[in-house]
Amino acid sequence: MFYREAGDFKTSYAEDNQTFPVKFDRYRYYAVLFMGFAIIPFLINDYWVNAIFLPFLIYSIAAIGLNILTGYCGQVSLGTGGFMAVGAYGCYKLMTAFPDVSILIHVLLAGGITGIVCVVFGLPSLRIKGFYLAVATLAAQFFLVWLFNRVPWFYNYSASGQINAPERTIFGIEVTGPNTEAWATYLFCLVILTVCALIARNLTRGMQGRQWMAIRDMDIAAEIIGVNPLKAKISAFAVSGFFVGIAGALFFAVYLGAAEAGDSFGITKSFLVLFMIIIGGLGSIFGSFAGAAFLVLLPVFLKNVLVGTLGWPTDLAAHLEFIIVGGLIIMFLILEPHGLAQLWRVAKEKLRLWPFPH
Amino acid sequence: MLDASDSYVTEDGRTIGGVVMEMKNITLRFGGVVAIKDISFDIRQGEIRAIIGPNGAGKSSMLNVISGFYNPQEGQVFYKGKLRPSMRPYQVARQGIARTFQNIALFEGMTVLDNIMTGRLHHSKANLFEQAFWKGRAEREEVANREVVEKIIDFLEIQTIRKTPVGRLPYGLKKRVELARALAAEPSILLLDEPMAGMNVEEKEDMSRFILDVNDEFGTTIALIEHDMGVVMDLSDRVVVMDYGKKIGDGTPDEVRNNQDVIDAYLGVAHD
Amino acid sequence: MPDQLIFGMEVFLNGLMAGVLYALVALGFVLIYKASGIFNYAQGVMALFSALTLVGIMEGQVPFGHLINAIFGTEIHHFGWHVPAVLAILLTMGVMVLLAVCVQKFVFRHLVGQEPIILFMATIGLAYFLEGVGDIMWGSEIKKLEVGLPQGINTLIDETTYGWFGYGFFIDNLDLVATAIAILLVSALVIFAQYTKQGRAMRAVADDHQAALSVGVSLNFIWIMVWSVAGFVALVAGIMWGAKSGVQFSLSLIALKALPVLMLGGFTSIPGAIIGGLIIGVGEKMFEFAVGPLVGGATENWFAYVLALIFLVFRPQGLFGEKIIERV
Repeated sequence: MFYREAGDFKTSYAEDNQTFPVKFDRYRYYAVLFMGFAIIPFLINDYWVNAIFLPFLIYSIAAIGLNILTGYCGQVSLGTGGFMAVGAYGCYKLMTAFPDVSILIHVLLAGGITGIVCVVFGLPSLRIKGFYLAVATLAAQFFLVWLFNRVPWFYNYSASGQINAPERTIFGIEVTGPNTEAWATYLFCLVILTVCALIARNLTRGMQGRQWMAIRDMDIAAEIIGVNPLKAKISAFAVSGFFVGIAGALFFAVYLGAAEAGDSFGITKSFLVLFMIIIGGLGSIFGSFAGAAFLVLLPVFLKNVLVGTLGWPTDLAAHLEFIIVGGLIIMFLILEPHGLAQLWRVAKEKLRLWPFPH
Repeated sequence: MLDASDSYVTEDGRTIGGVVMEMKNITLRFGGVVAIKDISFDIRQGEIRAIIGPNGAGKSSMLNVISGFYNPQEGQVFYKGKLRPSMRPYQVARQGIARTFQNIALFEGMTVLDNIMTGRLHHSKANLFEQAFWKGRAEREEVANREVVEKIIDFLEIQTIRKTPVGRLPYGLKKRVELARALAAEPSILLLDEPMAGMNVEEKEDMSRFILDVNDEFGTTIALIEHDMGVVMDLSDRVVVMDYGKKIGDGTPDEVRNNQDVIDAYLGVAHD
Repeated sequence: MPDQLIFGMEVFLNGLMAGVLYALVALGFVLIYKASGIFNYAQGVMALFSALTLVGIMEGQVPFGHLINAIFGTEIHHFGWHVPAVLAILLTMGVMVLLAVCVQKFVFRHLVGQEPIILFMATIGLAYFLEGVGDIMWGSEIKKLEVGLPQGINTLIDETTYGWFGYGFFIDNLDLVATAIAILLVSALVIFAQYTKQGRAMRAVADDHQAALSVGVSLNFIWIMVWSVAGFVALVAGIMWGAKSGVQFSLSLIALKALPVLMLGGFTSIPGAIIGGLIIGVGEKMFEFAVGPLVGGATENWFAYVLALIFLVFRPQGLFGEKIIERV
């Protein structure tokens, strides 16, 4: 009775093209935005921000980025960790080289740099496909991490080999460094995520998105009906890299504060983000959020229940997490290759008819 | 043969123009196998041109040459009077040649509407930034394209499945959606690779009607491959007959029907 | 003879032997890929899992000891017996066969006919799952694996080369044994595939599932068999790597090196896997030797991948893979 399209008539194609064509969805979306921007900032403290909200927001950006490449354009990448490292180190070099420029510009530029690097490693995608490409992106992962570990210029010759985020402000409010307020970092990331998600949605619902999906579904046919495979794939790598780079920059500058390429951006990061989009839903922006939320919450949940309540050792809980995540991946691929997002869609279709299904 | 430049009017009153595409001495090899051997023929503006022949005659390869998917080792393709350099398939598509496939090649993960919209690809100019912010050309073109696509949807009578994912559709409807996608490009030449394969009589009748209507209403030039002789003879203005990669006949349906080589090929005279 | 050249020769030999081990892991990939079209990312973790199991059985560890202790508050760790290496290897093999049955029954039987990339991602999931199971079953601390293989410098080679060049080559006995075993294993697999009934059935399935089904080959059986053989190859690789550098998580990452090996050799070719392995093994050791010091070292981390990547751009099907013809 709650979820209805009936009576929600559209009189122009523009109305039918919008992001949330159903009125109910639109209102819920405004409600979520209101919650995120106007209510949550007053309720959260450091624990909530660091354990849940920041990782969720930042991984969502990364997942959206990877989803554009893998879910929409069909090019599997195992190099997400390495590309996040490019964003992080790019942001660090910019922050230290131009201290007077706004951090927002630095984050965006870091995204741009990552986009370019991503395109370079994406060039082979024109010749190689499927898991050949997936393995090729491993080259990016290992090479980039090695580069940031071994070339001292990248970490400004610091003795520890780490990079540390200097203090930077926006409108006089600190968003990086040790003395930040929980709500400030949260809002900073939320704003960027919101803009990223809108851009991703616009790109994927229009001509660009259709080209990507055409390449994903049947690349030869796509080329014959007029999709330039070079442009389509390269643009997917560029846009994906841009988002992943922003995520990397935020992950380092806002969330971690200090980072080292191998620890923070290793191959496990690549898999984590890949799992987010598989569980959340390949080819779905909402799925990127769902997957990020799921994989951020799962360890916190397991830790609280198993370690906090039952008193198990932490390593046991961590291993159990491996089993659960691995099992879920397999389960989703078997039962629902489109992930949580598809479950959500099915639920909505049921709701449209409920309680009178005939 | 007719003179290339003059136009004539068919019995049912359609005007057939001059030559829009000409294939000259096309030879295509795969390794040692010769798929097409020294074939020449032309396609005139506004006509329905059929390519027929037994299995393995090289018909699909010929269509693939026209749409740029295969580059022939020898021979030239003239399009609108100009020699076409060897180019990638997407460039050919942009010149106004659209096609359907023998084994349906729709984008299974997308809705019917999105599939047809991909046909409008080279009618959109908006760049990545305009699309990212859904402003300017991006927004205007999306609506304009949608209007064209909706007309085609009406024309092919597939309004009800607009937002259905293609993967869920039955075979006959998929064929129709594929035709819609090709039409959405508003092509000057439409290539149809066995548009009626695997259809029952009613579906064939529907499809024949659509093909004739497309040719009639939009004046689209159509080149098609088809196995059903009845359909080919009814629909087409001129027919090319291929066998073992060679051209064995070319002319109006009546001429072809009485061609001894063609009769031999279809009744199975031993080859030397 | 100049010193650099002699050192280079030593590095070359060592690279060759490392390459044999890469080839061994790569072989497991090729087997599964040929028979089922599955690109098994979990091969490395299978090696880790088998090595963990082997150590666990030999030491008489209680499986899931940690978990049981955590749930029931008990303090059990060991049964208190030690199993001889040969018996333990046999038992481990049994576990790997069991694993093959489970993988087929619970995972890939439900994914028949899916796109290769979906299958690939499923094996990544499997890798995570298996790693978690291995750790929970046997604990995640680094373990030593002693199955009685000879280790340390080979004195014979050391002395002979000293006699020749005035410089003794350092070649590890373990590497020599590994090379011998790998050659043996490869020959056995080739004979198995060419001359036995099961082997022929396996190749038939690899060629065409439908056709194999129609002449009465049981797909299920073949796939279980292939996964078992892959499990066996993983066990051998696990023993080698485990004896070399201890049984630990990094074992599964070392196995990742098999991926560029495959890209060089082509996914469907057994000789390709071997030659690819040797090229990667020698290539990365020589590169580290020649270029490593100039750029900060540790180039082994990425050299194999980048080499494979560059190679693929020019020859997408690998050295021995079949040429890809695209159709509409």
